[in-house]
Amino acid sequence: MLIKKKGKNHLTEAQVTDESIYHQRRDLIKKMGFVGAGGLLASSNLASANPFSFFTKEEKPSFETKTLDFKSAILDEQKRTPEAKVISHNNFYEFGTKKSDPVENAQHFQVKPWQLKVHGEVNKPFTLNYDDLYKHLALEERIYRLRCVEAWSMVIPWLGFSLAKLIQQADPTSDAKYVAFETLHDKEQMPGQRSRFGGIHYPYVEGLRIDEAMNPLSFLAVGLYGKTLPPQNGAPIRLVVPWKYGFKSIKSIVSIKLVKHQPPTSWNQLAPKEYGFYANVNPDVAHPRWSQASERRITSGGLFDRNRIATLPFNGYGEDVAHLYKEMNLKKNF
Amino acid sequence: MKLKTKDKTILLKTALHCALFIPAVWVFYLAMQDQLGADPVQAIIHFTGLSALKVLILGLVISPLAPKIKFIPLMQVRRLVGLYAFFYACLHLLSFFIFDLQLDWPLLLNEIVKRPYITVGMFAWLVLLILSVTSAMFVRRKLGKRWQPLHNLIYVTVPVVVLHFYWSLKSGWIEPAVYLLITLVLLSFRKQKIQRLFSHKSFSVQLKKQSIKQ
Repeated sequence: MLIKKKGKNHLTEAQVTDESIYHQRRDLIKKMGFVGAGGLLASSNLASANPFSFFTKEEKPSFETKTLDFKSAILDEQKRTPEAKVISHNNFYEFGTKKSDPVENAQHFQVKPWQLKVHGEVNKPFTLNYDDLYKHLALEERIYRLRCVEAWSMVIPWLGFSLAKLIQQADPTSDAKYVAFETLHDKEQMPGQRSRFGGIHYPYVEGLRIDEAMNPLSFLAVGLYGKTLPPQNGAPIRLVVPWKYGFKSIKSIVSIKLVKHQPPTSWNQLAPKEYGFYANVNPDVAHPRWSQASERRITSGGLFDRNRIATLPFNGYGEDVAHLYKEMNLKKNF
Repeated sequence: MKLKTKDKTILLKTALHCALFIPAVWVFYLAMQDQLGADPVQAIIHFTGLSALKVLILGLVISPLAPKIKFIPLMQVRRLVGLYAFFYACLHLLSFFIFDLQLDWPLLLNEIVKRPYITVGMFAWLVLLILSVTSAMFVRRKLGKRWQPLHNLIYVTVPVVVLHFYWSLKSGWIEPAVYLLITLVLLSFRKQKIQRLFSHKSFSVQLKKQSIKQ
């Protein structure tokens, strides 16, 4: 686990570069002829998973990400999932159900203005707007494994801040037992939400127990690979709960509400026998239709990459979170 | 100069070979160049599986279509199409075993037994195997009257393939439903043959019935 520890290099709000200077720098780089990395990657071959798309390649506008100032974590470059794959292989059904749909359909997504409400069983509710997301709390980099319930995984360098810190600022009351999250509900921007043939009931919702939310690992990400989040990865802000299956890491969050009772969660509503509330990564508890004992780790290799690895309990983060479930039967509470 | 039927058949077969073989080569090539998205293993498994289903459906289209368009070579390519369905099914199974399970035999056997969608998938593959090895003319002659009822198993197998597909999806039912609908429509052209398959009457009784009808 690679969480940067606060040392003398810890950045404060005052050190985060002023946004106008960012834009000036970007403009300069652009004038020198370098296309934004987001643009390059969005139009790369990797983004189009249709192998026969010779006749359909069109110039699509790409969402502009901006670079962020942060202190990097020390990391092994080779083990990370290449950025091009991280931003082109996503489950974000609001933009379509194919892995390539979000990168193809979300480039027009508007993140300004954005409102993230922190409310519910708290003494000091507040709302963050778009600029607040990057300035409110100092940004740190965390490199987490993301394990999808479909049995593939990636290693991603996220940028953001601790969920616990944000919740603490709202001063939760003693009635706050769970944290409920909600994604934006906007059928105009998110075509997948218009589907009338069953599937997820939008807006997408998720939840954590209060102690899970206050755990140091729980992370709110506003960026990845040194830049703000591309829309297909849940711009402008998303949750990362690395010891749980990926569907718990809700994207494009507009509401964080402290509540008394266990909140509904979207995949659990859709298929309660297959997706539980806790959804802790557990090789010993199979999905009803497939095994969870191993996973394919997506790295820089291709077809012949020997990338099937054993799945670890709690996705390898047991040291930090196993104590939360000491008394629980994890087969029942899957 | 008008083409002879024999030449038309050769042309049709050549065209089908190109249309059915080249996509497999192309997709594998892309996968090896890491140009098939972030998860080429999953992409290959999905492509080969879905292609097998599509080719099976193509095969089911031929018999109802042939009398309507009066293109004689069409009836001659049924075996070719069937074998290509088996070809894609083999690529699908091999891709799963080699690239996904990475040659873990005990894991493969475990998955076949424990995961219903894989169990029915293996059933379908075994049927296609049997139909493929009995597809040659000399085998057909040897099997005589038993050959056709054996090959009518395809009518049961294609819906099973759709079920395998449906059970493999994390969510969503529309795509498999479309394939099921198409399959059922194509099977409706063989209503009588299928009824015979499910009835336990002996072959001779069926032959008698047929001669009385005529």
